[in-house]
Amino acid sequence: MAGKILLIEDEPHIVEALSFLLEREGWQVVAHSNGADAAQVAALRQPDVIILDVMLPNKSGIEILREIRANTQTAQKPVLMLTAKGQARDRAAAQEAGVSVFMTKPFSNQAIIDTVRSLAQ
Amino acid sequence: MQPFNLLVTICLIYVIGLFVIAYVAEKGAAEGRLTFLRSPVVYTLSLSVYCTAWTFYGAVGSAARNGLEFVAIYLGPTLVFMGWWWLLRKLVRIGRTQRITSIADLISSRYGKSNTLAVIVTLMAVIGTTPYIALQLQSLTLSFSAFTADSGQSIPSPAVTAFWVAVGLAVFTIFFGTRNLDANERHHGVVTAIAVEAVVKLVALLSVGIFVVWGVADGPSDIFSRMDPELLKGGQIFTPRWVTLMFLSSTAIICLPRMFQVVVVENSVEKHLATASWAFPLYLFGMSLFVLPIAIAGQSELPVGANPDLYVMTVPLAKEQTGLAALAFLGGFSSATSMVIVAAIALSTMMSNHIVLPLWLTLNRGRNPQSDDVRTLLLRARRLSIGGILALGYFYYQITGGTDALASIGLIAFLGVAQVMPALLGGIFWQGATRKAAIAGITTGFALWAYTLFLPSFGGAFILSQTTIDHGPLGIALLRPYGLLGLNIPDHLVHAVSWSIGMNTLVFITTSLFTTPRPIERRQSVQFVNVYGRFSPRSGRSHSAEPEELLVLAQRILGRNTAIKLFNETAAEQGKSRGLPDPTDSFMEKLERDFAGSVGAATAHAMLGQITGGPAVSVEDMMAVADETAGIMEYSARLKAQSEELTKTAQQLRKANLQLMELGEQKDTFLSQVSHELRTPMTSIRAFSEILRDSDQLEPDQLKHFSGVIHTESIRLTRLLDDILDLSFMENGQVKLNIRRTDLGSIIDRAITTTETHLQERKILLKRDLDHEAITVNTDPDRLAQVLINLISNAAKYCSAQKPEVSISCGRSASAVLIDVADNGSGIEAADIDLIFQKFSRLSGVFSAGSAGLGLPISREIMRNLKGTLTYVPTAKGALFRITLPL
Repeated sequence: MAGKILLIEDEPHIVEALSFLLEREGWQVVAHSNGADAAQVAALRQPDVIILDVMLPNKSGIEILREIRANTQTAQKPVLMLTAKGQARDRAAAQEAGVSVFMTKPFSNQAIIDTVRSLAQ
Repeated sequence: MQPFNLLVTICLIYVIGLFVIAYVAEKGAAEGRLTFLRSPVVYTLSLSVYCTAWTFYGAVGSAARNGLEFVAIYLGPTLVFMGWWWLLRKLVRIGRTQRITSIADLISSRYGKSNTLAVIVTLMAVIGTTPYIALQLQSLTLSFSAFTADSGQSIPSPAVTAFWVAVGLAVFTIFFGTRNLDANERHHGVVTAIAVEAVVKLVALLSVGIFVVWGVADGPSDIFSRMDPELLKGGQIFTPRWVTLMFLSSTAIICLPRMFQVVVVENSVEKHLATASWAFPLYLFGMSLFVLPIAIAGQSELPVGANPDLYVMTVPLAKEQTGLAALAFLGGFSSATSMVIVAAIALSTMMSNHIVLPLWLTLNRGRNPQSDDVRTLLLRARRLSIGGILALGYFYYQITGGTDALASIGLIAFLGVAQVMPALLGGIFWQGATRKAAIAGITTGFALWAYTLFLPSFGGAFILSQTTIDHGPLGIALLRPYGLLGLNIPDHLVHAVSWSIGMNTLVFITTSLFTTPRPIERRQSVQFVNVYGRFSPRSGRSHSAEPEELLVLAQRILGRNTAIKLFNETAAEQGKSRGLPDPTDSFMEKLERDFAGSVGAATAHAMLGQITGGPAVSVEDMMAVADETAGIMEYSARLKAQSEELTKTAQQLRKANLQLMELGEQKDTFLSQVSHELRTPMTSIRAFSEILRDSDQLEPDQLKHFSGVIHTESIRLTRLLDDILDLSFMENGQVKLNIRRTDLGSIIDRAITTTETHLQERKILLKRDLDHEAITVNTDPDRLAQVLINLISNAAKYCSAQKPEVSISCGRSASAVLIDVADNGSGIEAADIDLIFQKFSRLSGVFSAGSAGLGLPISREIMRNLKGTLTYVPTAKGALFRITLPL
């Protein structure tokens, strides 16, 4: 059941933690830290699930999400969005842009694993 | 003493007395004392200028020649004062409200302030008055010579006497008639002197009369028994001539310039007319009481051929009553002088106001006349006019003195000035009278008067030859002055009155009917005719206001609905089922009250006055309107100031609110940023601690690494919190500084020691300038070190050069110590320079774990607290941050 996960996140320790967790579950994790070309990377890599941070250098997560949704190659990809902001209006903006699941940092490891699993199905 | 010297002495003493009286009265009036001078008695006595030397001496002469004819001269004024006092009252009221200064002014003012009319009336007055003044001079010289006739003393010729009398009168008149320019042209001093002279006249005549009746004869019955039966020819009373005389004398009481002066201009209290209405006839009665007895005595006691005009004085002289004769002389002197003085004042006012001033203004057009100029000019003009008038009188006397022409001039002059009468009466009783009509009427009447009476009176010596007088010009009989168009009236006076007054009135009325008054005439006519009260309705006529006009005005002032409601209600009250209400008195009063609520009482009155053709706006009205307007303006200014203040406050509030909202937003953003910055390390900590908790088979390396991450992130979290608190405190100025004198080098040493590991990790070459570091600074060394540490670690962190270098150099300017921290990296782009000093900002494309983006904001705050600055200096190569510290 293993699939590919694209992890777009700029905090190295968080990348490390998520990679460790998901790889242990059998996922192939591709990490990418730069927001500027994140959407192209997603189209290129064709992951099963995309995990997207909201605050990224150069480009906001919301913008990247819009690009993902605008691209037919990635339009249907499930996207799990992680944010440290977690305010209502950020959540609303994410919903509007077409997020699949929206989670706030800090998260529970188990919840991430469960969510990724359910999104991949 | 010789009689002549005695007389001159008496006259001098008398005149000096008059001077003193006039002076005291003038001064007293100016200081508000001597209020008795404004009593009705003084007013009444001043009216006696009517009784000139011509009446004083001439009445007796007239009685001796024509019996009771003289009574008509007294009866006319008596009738006017007793029966027509309401006419006088209206004149006085108009004179007061319109500030009338002379009869010329009255006529001109009534007919739209026409200066043409003023000039015409003035010239007429001068022409009519000059012979009269000559007459006074003649009677004076006559009485002088009569008094001294038998003394055998060589006396100056009559001409010389007349000359000196004229000079004396001119001096007196100039002195008291032109002392000041009062707007109401009242002369208290002169009036008082005139009143005294009136008493002298009366006392003199009564004394002579009493002497004649009880001294010469044995009482009234005795004296009348001596009367020549011829004297009272029954037909003489109520003949056309008699009626004409009464008409002329009653006209004269208003139209003679001197009479207008005392009756209207010098009137200070309208109520005085009430007293005068019985007291002045009484005075005239006193003056006429002994006329007949003196005439009888003169005829019976004096030799035939004695001049009847001098009986008043010659009878006592014949009876060797020198004292009484002297008194009689003084009476005649008083009569003459008072007439001349008042006439000169009245004429000089007219001449200066209506001829000299307009001329001067025309000649000086374009110049802005100062009030002082005009004042001086007017005073000079008056003085010159007075001199000129007396000179004219004197020359007239010189030319015609002693002839019959002068003797009959009294009535001729009366008729001349009487030409003003139609225009005057029409002006104050008939709104339809127009300026053109007044000019036409007066000139017609005046021309006819000149042609049928005045010029022929010279007996062929002046303009009209005797042939013309007898047979008409060019022999046309129809144009004979004494029988114009065949009108055959034997009495020339009656003939002239019929023609001049008749044609004058006719022309005046018809021209009025066929001409339209100009707006200013209409306004003036309203003010003159309706001088009493506000809406005094004329009998049989309602207000001239159109209800439609009133409604328009009311709508403007009260508002549309209120006005219509008011008009409908009033119409209903008046029993009108439809249409607008009639402008009745009660309605007008109600309107004025309602208007007053909106625009103020005075304005309301003025507005309605204008629209109804009531008395328009008086000076008092204007003052009241001005007061109201000033009040409203002040109130409005206050409102405006308050409103401005409110606007200012509102602006300040809006600004404060905006600032608060901005602050609120800043706070929200800050909290959101803080939350984000705190959540990030917390996420790592939680993730790894859960991994540690949930995983049983971790390698020891992994275990160590994961717990190391937790440790690092915990420290990051703590430092972040410290920074946030630090910044918050510093921004609020709550930071405690520990300022002391420290060697700059030692502070730099500390900073380098702290960042050493950092620098070594990245193999960064550090350059220092130890020579210039030897500066003592007065600052908080810990805080300055904190800034330096931040700058050095930033340089270490972000320097992208192959062989990274960080250099610290020091220097000093005139007032500050400079510390530059520079690297040899790519520097900071211009667009980002502002950004780097903002909280939580990290430049794009630059990654640094453990940085919350608070380093530079904190450093800048520290420098601000240390009274220095931290700036980024753009350079060709690398980033350069400069610290300045005050010396």
